[in-house]
This record gives sequence, structure tokens and C-alpha cells, in this order.
Amino acid sequence: MDAGAIRDALALKFGERITSADLEAGSPFAVVRTDAIAEVAAFCKAEPALCFDNLMCLSGVDYPKQTPPRMEVVYHLFSYRHRHSFALKVQLPRENPAVPTVESVWGVANWHEREAWDLFGIVFTGHSDMRRILLPDDWEGHPLRKDWQDPEYYNGLHVKPTPQMVDRVLQGETIGVGPFDFTPENRHVEEP
Amino acid sequence: MSGPEAVRGLIQNRFEDGLIVTSADQLINWSRKNSIWFMTFGLACCAIEMMATGGSRYDLDRFGILPRGTPRQSDLMIVAGTVTLKMATRVKRLYEQMPEPKYVVSMGSCANNGGPYWRHGYHVLKGVDEVVPVDIYVPGCPPRPEALLYGLLKLQEKIQEDRVLRKRGLTVGSLAGATLDGASDEPRQARKP
Repeated sequence: MDAGAIRDALALKFGERITSADLEAGSPFAVVRTDAIAEVAAFCKAEPALCFDNLMCLSGVDYPKQTPPRMEVVYHLFSYRHRHSFALKVQLPRENPAVPTVESVWGVANWHEREAWDLFGIVFTGHSDMRRILLPDDWEGHPLRKDWQDPEYYNGLHVKPTPQMVDRVLQGETIGVGPFDFTPENRHVEEP
Repeated sequence: MSGPEAVRGLIQNRFEDGLIVTSADQLINWSRKNSIWFMTFGLACCAIEMMATGGSRYDLDRFGILPRGTPRQSDLMIVAGTVTLKMATRVKRLYEQMPEPKYVVSMGSCANNGGPYWRHGYHVLKGVDEVVPVDIYVPGCPPRPEALLYGLLKLQEKIQEDRVLRKRGLTVGSLAGATLDGASDEPRQARKP
């Protein structure tokens, strides 16, 4: 099926709950109401004509400059049987974003949703194991949000280079030996 | 008692230069430098170059340098790749598990000072020398096998200059001017920020 037919099939089944769609985008997508995503996902997988048996990617996106500011979760679907692909999006408020999990539909969503929680702070309600997956367990904050500010330290280690470190690099102190010329004139270091 | 102090207390910094201790030092250093077993510490793309260096074309084996899968039987840790803040504590722990004498080669820009993550990497350690003392820095992103080989040969030079029995700091080694601390009286330390 092509993207238009997939959009039509979803619109026929879910009506108002598919709020919009863009078929001209690089990967065509439909925007789904947040409370319907689990149902739409289950339909996409179970319906024989769609048969989206593969969740290729689940990602979070932060849009602080949109009005109103929002976050999105994007589901990239692919069907091995029909060789077609489609994307679903849900739009969330930037404050306390939460969306139902699709873990029961595609098992792979477990890790992807943990990643989105880890880096964007998007809560997936009903998820069986909502822990950080990449960052250390004692990390504070969600660093891929656009308003993220680096802390000074993490467990006593510098997160930002200090002026002393910049001096040391500029003076060539930390670079020892090698066949390449790493004298300060040849090095390009951005001053923080 | 463990760490550098234990080694120093027994034999180092005790004997004046003389025919016997000089020869013994040379023998000890010669055997040390020609049997460097390095812990396989590949963290990122630099590890690919490290593997290439260990492979048949560049053949680290001819210098007596072998990969070893455990810190407890390693002389050298080649930190090859990006050290994240999460990994930093593990790097330190594995370094502490290595027996003396132990050496560290920091391979590639990331391990040297954070490299491309210097400014905007919220998760990368700004140089592995924040947690362990580094003997040789090999620049490059990633360094070619020749560069790593050059660094390891420099490390061999440094080991050959070591004073196991003789008093330290009496002569300046052939690496004078480089930021190597083999001729220094102080035990090696991680960088103090």
C-alpha cells in the first residue's frame, strides 16, 4: 500500500483520533491523538493489509520554539510482508509529557521508550521497566531537551572544561608524543 | 601496603649508580619493555585501529606487546576511545586492579582531552588523565596504527630510562623536555584539576 492508502485506512478506522497527516514529507506520517496511540499501534500491526510487524525506530523530539511548545514521539513503522513504511506521531505538552506505551505491541519499544525517557524525560505510562538505559542511574535531568544546561560536576568529574584545562590544551601540555605536529599553532580549540 | 610507595620502599631510590645496579637496572628494564602486555580497553573507533595495530600487518607481537584480557596480568592500559563519565569510574577501578609497574597510553583525541566532545559533550570525560595518570598521549582521531606504534616505542624508551634500583633524579633521560615523569621523584598522579 502507498502512504495515501495507509492514511485512509487509519482515518476510516479511527476517524477524529487521526488529527492530521503529511504525505509529502520525507517519510509520510499521521499525527495520532495521545490517548489513541496504543490502539492505533495494535491496529497497524494486526490489520492484514497493513501488517506493520516492525517498529524500526521510536524517537523523541523537542520543539521548544513551536507555539505551543511541545514534544513529539515518532514511531517509524515498516512491514516486512508488504515492504511499505509509515510513521506515526504523537504531540505532547513540554511540561510533564506522558504517552501510553506500545511495548505490548512491539517488544522492541521497551528499550526505545527507556531511551526516550532517559534523554527527553518522556514518561511512557504502563511501561514495565521505566529506568534509564544509557546514562548512569544517578544522573539528574534529561540532556537532549533543548533547555538542558550542563552541570558543573558529575560525581566530582568535570562536565564542562575549566579555564585551566583550556590553558593546558592551548599550551600543548596534555599532548605528548606522536608523528604528527600538534603544536598549539596547528591546533584548533574553541574557547568555552 | 600497595601502590607506588610499596615498590619504592623496597628497592627504588636506594642505590648510588654503580656497575652492578646499573647493569641490573638495564636488565630489568630490558625485560620489562620487551614484554608489555596491554589490557584490551577498546571503547570506541580507536579500538579498531588498536586491533589493526595488533593484527598481522603492523604486528605488535614483534615488540613483545600482547593483548591481555584481564587487568590483573597487564602492564599497560591503552585507553582507546571515548571515555564517558559513566565509564570513568570503571577505568579508574580497572587501573587500580593492575599490578605495579603499570603504564597508561591515552589513545586518540577523546581520551586525551575529550576531543570532539570537548565543548558540547555532556557525557564525556575531558581527558582520561582526570582519573588515571597517563604516560603517553597519542594524538589523532583515530590515530593510525603507525601513530600508536610510535607511542608504544616511546613508552619502551621511557621504561628503559626507569630507575628500578638506582636513585632517582640523578640524570636526565633521553626524553628530556617531553612531559614524561620517569625522571621525577614524585609518584605518578592523576591530573589535579
